[in-house]
Amino acid sequence: MNLHAVQAIYHFEMARWFRTLGQSLFSPVLSTSLYFIVFGAAIGGQMGVIEGVSYGAFIVPGLVMLSILTESVSNASFGIYMPKWSGAIYEILSAPVSPFEVVLGFVGAATTKSIVIGAVILMTARLFVPYEIQNPILMAAFLVLTAFTFCLFGFVLGVWADNWEKLSIAPLLIITPLTFLGGAFYSIGMLPEFWRTVALFNPVVYLINGFRWSFYGTADVPVWVSLTMITGFLALCLSLVWWIFRTGYRLKA
Amino acid sequence: MSVILSIEGVSKTYATGVQALQPTDLSINRGEIFALLGPNGAGKTSLIGLVCGTVRLEAGRIIADGADTVRQYRRARAKIGLVPQEVSTDSFETVWATMRFSRGLFGLSRNDAHLEKVLKSLSLWEKREAKIQTLSGGMKRRLMIAKALSHEPSILFLDEPSAGVDVELRRDMWAMVRGLRDSGVTIILTTHYIEEAEELADRIGVINKGRLILVEEKTTLMKRLGGRKLKLHLAQPLASIDPRLADFNLTLEQDGRRLVYAFDSVAEDTGVSRLLRSLEAVGVDYKDLHTEQSSLEDIFVSLVSQIP
Repeated sequence: MNLHAVQAIYHFEMARWFRTLGQSLFSPVLSTSLYFIVFGAAIGGQMGVIEGVSYGAFIVPGLVMLSILTESVSNASFGIYMPKWSGAIYEILSAPVSPFEVVLGFVGAATTKSIVIGAVILMTARLFVPYEIQNPILMAAFLVLTAFTFCLFGFVLGVWADNWEKLSIAPLLIITPLTFLGGAFYSIGMLPEFWRTVALFNPVVYLINGFRWSFYGTADVPVWVSLTMITGFLALCLSLVWWIFRTGYRLKA
Repeated sequence: MSVILSIEGVSKTYATGVQALQPTDLSINRGEIFALLGPNGAGKTSLIGLVCGTVRLEAGRIIADGADTVRQYRRARAKIGLVPQEVSTDSFETVWATMRFSRGLFGLSRNDAHLEKVLKSLSLWEKREAKIQTLSGGMKRRLMIAKALSHEPSILFLDEPSAGVDVELRRDMWAMVRGLRDSGVTIILTTHYIEEAEELADRIGVINKGRLILVEEKTTLMKRLGGRKLKLHLAQPLASIDPRLADFNLTLEQDGRRLVYAFDSVAEDTGVSRLLRSLEAVGVDYKDLHTEQSSLEDIFVSLVSQIP
């Protein structure tokens, strides 16, 4: 195993993040604070209690998940797209590095960034609403698993994209709408039956509910279904990455 | 002389159906400078990519310093440094950071002394803390070479090293390449500057339309394929060549003021003295004369134009 290479890629990616740390952290913290002001303080007061939890506390897991999903996809896709765009990918392709080590370096760094952002958002939320975490180990496991899985998805997206527009398609047009419609700000039990059935086809519902279960012990779907869904998506992303390196898709001529 | 790089039956056809490289065999000797000459699109960069791993190898076998580039890719790639045609790196990084990145990527532990030596040898040490985007074009090009040397390769590929580089910098780069060869690094460079190959190479390969036309020692090649020319500056311009001189391969240049005789310098009878006597006999007077060896460029143009 070429651990020096994994470290080199990881440090390179983290250094890039640290160069714009203020912007990287300030932006999600600001948007989360705005969500709490609008949904927590302004609208939340009218919402009462959902499944035994105040509305402000109820939206905390959804908001963390919203940031984790978008940041994971953005960071990981940008990480691999940038050397492809600048041409610097030649160095990675010609180095004695296995595909596993390349993925570990890029996706490992992107996952670290997402987890740090998730932790910062949790701390920011604490300034606005009191919340509890009933099962911190499961919460951490969900956080890491979701961040890693969506960073893998972002990596695949970054390899697939051949222009900047395609790079922003998934976070803007897929991840954000699915998260908003996936119960980040409401329980899908509050929806009419037809829309509740439709919502069950949205994979993000399972991520948010599994994460919320680790906080409050309550969710719209069983926690094992959530775990199965995220593991299934992880397996799909791993298969795509394996295929990319086996065929050299959009990496090698 | 031992072989450091062996290319056996390697070919490449891209998904578009374009055959970039026809089945090719090539051996590179340890410690030599090998120049691969060819026009744009000849297959030079594809061949380099196949050796270095940036292009998928589907047919044939490549052995680099004793290691198969596919089955033992870690060992093989650790021995190879690649300087691409374009300056391709993250411009927001510092010189020092990108050097450390390159060394780590090739699986080596930190060695600041080696990186310092490389940067100093390329006159970049003073710029180690500078961001790459602030470097001049020439410095960026030298940095690409420094990155490729960060992991102490025994084979170095230079893909068009002096494309877009001014004359002075080109001369510096040539001196640097010779210095690398003297330190034991085998160098394979692609170029379409014939002058560069003529100046640097020990051996030359000519590639055109994906086919390696020939591989030969530079001096042998120039002797074998290069003729000489006798140029006579005439006292009076000629309108045409006298028919009595038809036995000689003569041409008129500069509006009849220069007579050029092309001959084979290694032939037993070059015909020079016969020509001079014949000129006197037909009354053609000249005020000066000199001979010239045809350049590698003449040979290259002649070789490439022979391929249909």
